[in-house]
Amino acid sequence: MKPSKTWVIVVAVIVVLVGIRMSIGQGMARAYVERIDQSVEVKASDTHGASTEKWTEWHPVAPKKFEAAQKADPSQTKFAFSWANTIGLWLAAFFTLAIFSFLYRDNPGYRLAEAVIIGVSAAYWGVIGFWDTLVPKLFGALTPNLVHDQVLPSLPAPTNGQVVAMCFALALGLMLLMRLAPKGGWISLWPIAFIIGVTAGLKIVSHVESDLVAQSIATFKPLVQPIVSSESAQSGWMLWPTIWASFANILLVIGVLCCLTYFFFSVEHKGVAGRAARVGIMYLMITFGAAFGFTVMGRVALLAARIEFLFDDWLWLIDPAGKRIVEVASAIGSMLC
Amino acid sequence: MAEGSARIMKRLVPMWIAIIAGFVMLLSAFFPITESLGETVGEIFNVVAAIAFVLGAGSLAKVNLAKISRRDQGWGYAAITLICFAITLVVGLGKIGVPQSTQFPLLGWSGEKDAEGSIFGWIYEFALVPITSTMFALLAFYVASAAFRAFRAKNLEAILLLSTAFIVLLGRTFAGVVLTGWLPDWASGLRLENLSVYIMQVFNTAGNRAIIIGIALGVTATSLRILLGVDRSWMGSGD
Amino acid sequence: MSKFITILEGLDRRWIFLAMAISVAGPILYIGITGKTLPETPTPTARAVYKEIEALSPGTPVLLSFDFDPASGGELTPMATSLVHQCAARGLRMVFIALWPLGPQLIDETIKRVILADYPNLKEGVDYVNLGFQSGNESVMKVMLTDFAKAFPITKNGVAVGDVVALKGIQRVDNFPLLITISAGYPGAKEWIQYVISSSGGKIKMVTGCTGVQTPGLYPYYPVQLNGLLGAIKGAAEYESLVNSSLAPKDSSAAVPAKYLEAQRRMGPQLGAHLLMIALIILGNIAFFAQRNSKVRATS
Repeated sequence: MKPSKTWVIVVAVIVVLVGIRMSIGQGMARAYVERIDQSVEVKASDTHGASTEKWTEWHPVAPKKFEAAQKADPSQTKFAFSWANTIGLWLAAFFTLAIFSFLYRDNPGYRLAEAVIIGVSAAYWGVIGFWDTLVPKLFGALTPNLVHDQVLPSLPAPTNGQVVAMCFALALGLMLLMRLAPKGGWISLWPIAFIIGVTAGLKIVSHVESDLVAQSIATFKPLVQPIVSSESAQSGWMLWPTIWASFANILLVIGVLCCLTYFFFSVEHKGVAGRAARVGIMYLMITFGAAFGFTVMGRVALLAARIEFLFDDWLWLIDPAGKRIVEVASAIGSMLC
Repeated sequence: MAEGSARIMKRLVPMWIAIIAGFVMLLSAFFPITESLGETVGEIFNVVAAIAFVLGAGSLAKVNLAKISRRDQGWGYAAITLICFAITLVVGLGKIGVPQSTQFPLLGWSGEKDAEGSIFGWIYEFALVPITSTMFALLAFYVASAAFRAFRAKNLEAILLLSTAFIVLLGRTFAGVVLTGWLPDWASGLRLENLSVYIMQVFNTAGNRAIIIGIALGVTATSLRILLGVDRSWMGSGD
Repeated sequence: MSKFITILEGLDRRWIFLAMAISVAGPILYIGITGKTLPETPTPTARAVYKEIEALSPGTPVLLSFDFDPASGGELTPMATSLVHQCAARGLRMVFIALWPLGPQLIDETIKRVILADYPNLKEGVDYVNLGFQSGNESVMKVMLTDFAKAFPITKNGVAVGDVVALKGIQRVDNFPLLITISAGYPGAKEWIQYVISSSGGKIKMVTGCTGVQTPGLYPYYPVQLNGLLGAIKGAAEYESLVNSSLAPKDSSAAVPAKYLEAQRRMGPQLGAHLLMIALIILGNIAFFAQRNSKVRATS
């Protein structure tokens, strides 16, 4: 069977199944919104008189609320079907299935989703950098009146030091952007040097303090760890807890020393050093095995979340949060419990 | 002469910028009098980091425009990337569809860029979240496939790794409770869920601690080399 | 047997993908329909997180750093929900920040899901505040060490932090007795320990919820530099069960809202997937050793 025929069959099956699902019970994948009427009293000031500003916002709401409101009053306008969010929901499901389709084979649907996310995420990060950092800090210092009058009225006035610092930041930033220019891109090396220098300066202190000194201190554990009973009737050490705790400490200290010996390549791994390095390898294998187990756990949780989205928000097969009254699922649930 | 000034601008000046910036951050950790200078350098760094986001966006636009103009293979997808990029940039920077803030209702630009009802928020919820989440979710499948193909108990080290993986995989789920929950209290340390905790707190801690200490030594050495101007590989070829 | 080995050796990986999908989807459907979840017994690290938050008195400021994005939301959103749930129930003054660009959205979603839904008496700006995102990674942490307002000058909705009641008494990051980070990578829990906790001389404690990939690397910091650790979705489920049982009304048989059972629901598919992984590793080794033995027999 040619690949293109396989895809046609797969898409046809999905369309048929979705069509069947849409015709059963409440259907699937619809989004609703609630009208929120905002009204804010504005006090009089030098530039304007007192007024009441009113506008309307539409916030997502559970389908159950729409159904209840419609039942109570079919002509109500507080809750409404949202075309934008419904189309968005179907788009999200399409993107999810398009990415999953890569598991079978590379295909145009996957490529489309990939192209979309590359463009969207680059622009998204740019917008966030602009509004969250550049506007309050850079423009807030260099063009404070503009920012104050148009965007952030409560931003405090910048100090002279802040203005000077932001001039430097702007200069470095413009040099960085020269990387895109056909000529003169070498000037971007200056802000890169600044970034590397700052990072190196930060990392020296932090890594020595937290990872070298503190971790070394934490390794100095007592090889005999007395565990005393918390009950006042008993006194002295508890035998087996003390033995296990001391054993754990001994294993920990030996493990750290042996693993460090393994990483110490200036000494040949022979004799005592060789045996210690071998023990270190064993410890590292256990470490990697544990890391694998946790990695699997992490990845599977992400997959579970996406499948939940498909079954809950898109197909309306399950409703753990009680956002809808899912008649099919509740009937099956009552049979299974 | 030109070569000399080029060397100064392209090699010496960046080196001294890195050294001075680095030493300011280093000294600000030890001398309270230099704390505010360290803060200032940090603030400059944060703004330059934000401008780097803009650089990333610009770089993407440049690469994809070049792909389209050269009609490279797959240029259609580059066009889609650019269209999505442009739309997101315009609706985000322009705060299109964003209602005014209840704090400052007279200012049209005061609303949050990702407020309910905004197009930017719509793009986040229905494009960014599903695609990025699903891309990460793909990894679960590849982990399973890799485990089937690559994990072989060929020697003692591999057996140790696999045994630990089995203990953690079972111990961190209900399977561990079912399989070893029947063990009496005096042998509770052998229950899979307790065994996995013990492995994490003793063996994993020992191994990772050694790795952390090793990395700390490496990072310290590399950072010191940069601050002393010995390591200039970050400048690219020529040194 | 040899036919079985031959099938295993030549197994198309797409069958493995299908098996993984079924092992995860099946339990999700079952749990979604029946509402049943698996019981959880909290481990010491999860209990430590709960105790650290419970030890704070009402009105104490806590810093919550959402250092993750929606891609890791499957593991970390349930943690965020329960952490905010416990903090809100305890009456703590919650200050939210993000060092990842998409963090502020997730903060807003968590505030909407927990605080606005179940704690409507809490006032924004007084009992909680969202300071949004700042770029710079560890440099932001460095600035926060000496001047918190310089690092985060305005809230997410544009109010200057000097005017925010929730930040009263906060000049530096170590004015917070507790830092709660929800971390997916860099910058995250490790950087908080390296740049803030180690420099604070014990003034500020830290608990973290992190992804499965990060968890083994954070264990060495526990319990000296890190006072509590929620590792992966299992840690989230354990912590959820602790918070739910402590906050459950004693005289009511009302069910726990589904949003506070998200991690426990995800432990069902975890079980299915883990059993599949073990089976795949065993089958892979059976095929490998069978093939090796047949080669040895053939040469001898």
